[in-house]
Amino acid sequence: MYDLLVSHPFIAALSAMVALALVFGGILGYAAVQFKVEGDPIVDQIDELLPQTQCGQCSYPGCRPYAEAIANGDAINKCPPGGQATINAIADLLDVEAPTLDEEHGEESEVKKVAFIREDECIGCTKCIQACPMDAILGAAKQMHTVIANECTGCDLCVEPCPVDCIDMIPVATGLGDWKWSKPPVTHENLQLIASDKQPEKDGAAA
Amino acid sequence: MTDFVVILISTILVNNFVLVQFLGLCPFMGVSNKLETAIGMGGATTFVLTLASICSYLVHNFILEPLGLEYLKTIAFILVIAVVVQFAKMFIEKTSPLLYRVLGVFLPLITTNCAVLGVALQNTAKAHTFTESALYGFGAALGFSMVLILFSAMRERLAVADVPAPFKGAAIGMITAGLMSLAFMGFSGLV
Repeated sequence: MYDLLVSHPFIAALSAMVALALVFGGILGYAAVQFKVEGDPIVDQIDELLPQTQCGQCSYPGCRPYAEAIANGDAINKCPPGGQATINAIADLLDVEAPTLDEEHGEESEVKKVAFIREDECIGCTKCIQACPMDAILGAAKQMHTVIANECTGCDLCVEPCPVDCIDMIPVATGLGDWKWSKPPVTHENLQLIASDKQPEKDGAAA
Repeated sequence: MTDFVVILISTILVNNFVLVQFLGLCPFMGVSNKLETAIGMGGATTFVLTLASICSYLVHNFILEPLGLEYLKTIAFILVIAVVVQFAKMFIEKTSPLLYRVLGVFLPLITTNCAVLGVALQNTAKAHTFTESALYGFGAALGFSMVLILFSAMRERLAVADVPAPFKGAAIGMITAGLMSLAFMGFSGLV
């Protein structure tokens, strides 16, 4: 056997690699059974579709708890930051009809917004700090508060608790750092059309 | 015994895989933003590197060499490394789901970490024995973890430092890595 392998390097190479692959495959197969993780993959998939703003407008403490609630049968239209796109994606994943956004939990806004505190009107009550799920508001009792714009997800939750109504939601201006090409306009002709989709009847008409 | 100490010092400090040989730079830049992730990544890489250098030594000396198949060593080592990484991934997913989620995509990317393949190839090139190979891999991993942790500690401070706007983020990270590499040149000639 050994003589055969040494005198035929091709057979030796082939059988060595095949043997290695088989042994390693066996080890991995055994490990896959041994280290199997009992998880709920559907929760992870829903969680990935949610926008991860952790805003709590769905009345759950964050995106993952809401994903778990959806997996347990809750309505899928409670996420204003994600908007209709997220609802459609989750409906697609769960294979159900896509409902429209539940207005009770907030409205979908077209542009990204951040909270802005009119600082000379702020009385330093810290109520907005307690409401903020992202810890994006800086300040202390009886001191002026301000919003860290980079951390703010624009979830609206600080607007309601403010007793003097000094918080505005202002749209984010596009700067050099986040400028991008605008999306192509959606018409019924290019709806759900990607570059690789062919339209044979149009090609036929042209030819 | 002194040989082993020499190998350890040489791989950790003098021929540090990241800062002197410039291998494994992608995780060095990619996972060094937070100290905790860096420690996790260092642990995972240590596990993979040590195991991979042992396995590749066994494969090389007991399968490839007797059959005269040394020319297959690169592809065989890649196979070994992929298996060890996959094994480590399953192991971490089972034992520490949190670390698994923190490491994310960088865990499978250890497969393409050139330091792992570099250690295996250098082991055969330098004709190390079994113990030497294991120590060489372990030392390389210790050196990698050490600079990764040092670098991430510095980057945590850089994140709050008053850095001029054009140098913020990755740019100042690159400059810091270059300075660290310069500092590690001071170790050359130690062994």
